[in-house]
Amino acid sequence: MTQTTIPAVSQWQTICPLTRIIPNTGVCALVNNEQVAIFRIGNEVFAIANYDPFSKAYVLSRGIVGDRQGIPKVASPIYKQNFNLITGECLDDESVSVPVFPVRVIDGQIQVGIT
Amino acid sequence: MTKKNLVVIGNGMVGHKFLQCMIDKGATADWNLITFCEEPRVAYDRVNLSGFFLGKTADDLSLVEPDLYKNNNIQIHIGDRASTIDRTSKIITSANGVSVNYDKVVLATGSYPFVPPIKGKDTDGTFVYRTIEDLEAMSAHAKKSKIGVVIGGGLLGLECANALKNMGLETHVVEFAPRLMPVQIDDVGGHVLKDQIEALGVKVHVNKSTTEIVNENGTVHKMVFADGSELQTDMIVFSAGIRPRDDIARDCGLVVGDRGGIVVNEACQTSDPDIHAIGECALYENRIYGLVAPGYTMATVAADHLCEPESNQFTGADMSTKLKLLGVDVASFGDAFAKTPGSKEIAIKDSVNGTYKKLVVNESGSLLLGGILIGDASAYGNLLQLVQNAIVLPPHPEDLLMPPREGGLSFSMGVESLPDTAQICSCNNVTKAQICNAIQDQGLTDISAVKKCTNAGTGCGGCVPLVTDLLKAELKAAGIEVKKDICEHFAFSRQELYSLIRTHQIKTFDELLDRHGSGSGCEICKPAIGSILASAWNDYVLTPTHAGLQDTNDAFLANIQKDGTYSVIPRIPGGEITPNMLIVIGEVARDFNLYTKITGGQRIDLLGARVDQLPLIWARLVNAGFESGHAYGKALRTVKSCVGSTWCRFGVQDSTSLAIEIELRYRGLRAPHKFKSAVSGCTRECAEAQSKDFGIIATEKGWNLYVCGNGGIRPQHAQLIAEDLNKETLIQYIDRFLMFYIRTANRLERTATWMNKMEGGLDYLKQVIIHDSLGICAELEAEMAYQVQTYACEWKTTIADPEKLQRFNHFVNVDGPDPSLMRVEERGQVRPPFDHERSEERSVVMP
Repeated sequence: MTQTTIPAVSQWQTICPLTRIIPNTGVCALVNNEQVAIFRIGNEVFAIANYDPFSKAYVLSRGIVGDRQGIPKVASPIYKQNFNLITGECLDDESVSVPVFPVRVIDGQIQVGIT
Repeated sequence: MTKKNLVVIGNGMVGHKFLQCMIDKGATADWNLITFCEEPRVAYDRVNLSGFFLGKTADDLSLVEPDLYKNNNIQIHIGDRASTIDRTSKIITSANGVSVNYDKVVLATGSYPFVPPIKGKDTDGTFVYRTIEDLEAMSAHAKKSKIGVVIGGGLLGLECANALKNMGLETHVVEFAPRLMPVQIDDVGGHVLKDQIEALGVKVHVNKSTTEIVNENGTVHKMVFADGSELQTDMIVFSAGIRPRDDIARDCGLVVGDRGGIVVNEACQTSDPDIHAIGECALYENRIYGLVAPGYTMATVAADHLCEPESNQFTGADMSTKLKLLGVDVASFGDAFAKTPGSKEIAIKDSVNGTYKKLVVNESGSLLLGGILIGDASAYGNLLQLVQNAIVLPPHPEDLLMPPREGGLSFSMGVESLPDTAQICSCNNVTKAQICNAIQDQGLTDISAVKKCTNAGTGCGGCVPLVTDLLKAELKAAGIEVKKDICEHFAFSRQELYSLIRTHQIKTFDELLDRHGSGSGCEICKPAIGSILASAWNDYVLTPTHAGLQDTNDAFLANIQKDGTYSVIPRIPGGEITPNMLIVIGEVARDFNLYTKITGGQRIDLLGARVDQLPLIWARLVNAGFESGHAYGKALRTVKSCVGSTWCRFGVQDSTSLAIEIELRYRGLRAPHKFKSAVSGCTRECAEAQSKDFGIIATEKGWNLYVCGNGGIRPQHAQLIAEDLNKETLIQYIDRFLMFYIRTANRLERTATWMNKMEGGLDYLKQVIIHDSLGICAELEAEMAYQVQTYACEWKTTIADPEKLQRFNHFVNVDGPDPSLMRVEERGQVRPPFDHERSEERSVVMP
């Protein structure tokens, strides 16, 4: 999954069952006092910050997910900028990116890593 | 080969432009560039000098990137004026004693402000308006002044008056000629402009010749005019025109004009082939060009000529201008004074709105030669394009000054007819030409690339349809097949997807993607297909297979606002509501601390609901009998109405009852874009039905149906498609019209654009909808009947299902709302804080 680019995880926090997320949508979780947007595409999960740097609102979990040339991404629901779900980079403005979080599914439970 | 020396005298806007051209051409490989700059700083934006008074610093105004000259080995002598040219030994010496051998010279010495020979003109408190130092001196003196006078009512004088006014001075403009801006505009225009400017609090005195400036204790005190009148003032700024700075050229024996100016040829060469002159110091065909654009053209020509002789020529320049002076639009273009033999004028002076518009046309009225616009210069770009391209005018050229005649053809339809100068994106000031050039030069083929390269459409997004049309037109012109693919995941247009879904009975996005698409979809195809599925099968939009397709508005059945909260709009059919229902809305708004506002569609908007509050709010509303208003959907919004014959003494039909019936019939109907309607009870049209996607106006005999109007970014009146209909026929036609629109329109295409692009337009639509020329009317009606039968209120369905409600929690793993939301009180209600208010005490976290 996505851990390769991310610093070592000191602890995994269980968020919710995978089934709690409707396929191809996202939810927002509070992890270590940070708002994290978690998306489910098929049975794969991705986690990035919920904060949209363009609108300055905590809304990315409510965006539409999909792909651009195979790169999984989410479009901000406010001004529609797209973010790469693997790297957090904004696909429409190279100068902007959002944090990504380690995330995995263990025994049907989604877990987000705290680094 | 040793490099040759090229000396540029003057580092103003044009001098700098010349150096920039040489750098861009790579000419620094062949030339040592040396420049003398009399002012204590490198070139700055003199055109926007007044910005200095609005807080811009000298650095902000600078045109030269730091280290540009150093990195390109350009030797610059700042604060040192070149004083003599020895043409025999080819040496230039400066005031500081520097001497340089030259091979070629470019004179870019510019101009100086003309100060009329008035007695007392050098008194303390008199200024000119040319350099940053001039402005600094003005600014210092203004601090101890109450009244300021500008001598000269030209372009620069009025700009200067604006500066004085902004500094809080009582401001006067004194003009020698009988009108303001005598060079650019005519008498009538001058008067309209004077009225407009005086309305802004600047006093204008025309026909005034100043004879003396009287001092008191050595400082300006009053002015005396030739007619004997006087004007008290604390400071005076001379802006009575410019004179070319040609002294260095005169001293070395170059040919100059009778009234000054260094004579140049088409290559901007002076009488000495080794010396060029560009900008305001140059005289071409007995004319000084006192605007920056021609100066820049000369700089380019001179640079081209020095690198490749005879490659480019200066043959005069267009002096058309459009600017805002003291907030008043002023434009003058082409032959503004009708000097062409046989030319005629068409003018409209509107003293009510303070506008003046004049066109100058040729003898037969077929070509536009020039014109003047005061007060409203929005047509400038279009009109200038007509002049410059000699486009043949429509039969009634006066229409160019007025909205199109009833039933007449608007002269400029479609994006192709817009001029290159047209501003397409007003947020980022991007013109049609910039967009088209980016498309051509960089081979752009999709809208996101165009947005990225040009910034157009990245602000409010309102121009994206126009930018898309431009892209399509450009691609078509380039012979590239215009892909109508909705996005990279489906090689089909919306229309094709619609018929695939219908004919193959496809019920979900995944099924469509499997059979006809690739990848996993995106924010373009998903909502579009979600909408088509709803238009075709009318399933609940938040079923698990559909939920992920919906834009956030549809996904949460409310309209997202800038801070991530939502607005709630219950349906109020026809705008009719009982007092008890009104009270419910009031109570809900009060209990959830929502901001309330009346919408343009006769409904009530409750703003600032957190996502977790939406189900609680709707439980109350549904319980009281309200239904979803679908304000979040690409669907029917409202059917607005007047009170009609029920109350109104002029009403001829019961418009309210019809509006309610229609709103209930089409509520929840998903379409390519939102659509609106209205019903007026008489021809007075209080419901504004002619601005709607379909509008109905009562007649003595029945109902008139109008279609394809809209407000929004490009307002358009709806057009009459059928008259005096009975109610059954009316509804039949509307059923057909709406289903035909749903079948054939592009994604996010409003009905007006849809019809504008349709070959045959309204006539074709009549053939299809009234005369059933395609033989599809029965089908269309059946499809609509299915929609009407299967309607269900989405909010009612949602709150009845506890599992659905989980989606409305802000956090999936803990209770509680989004802690980042804040509120500020204003006029007895709450609103989100602006960025600068976030840290203020009155911004409180939303409870």
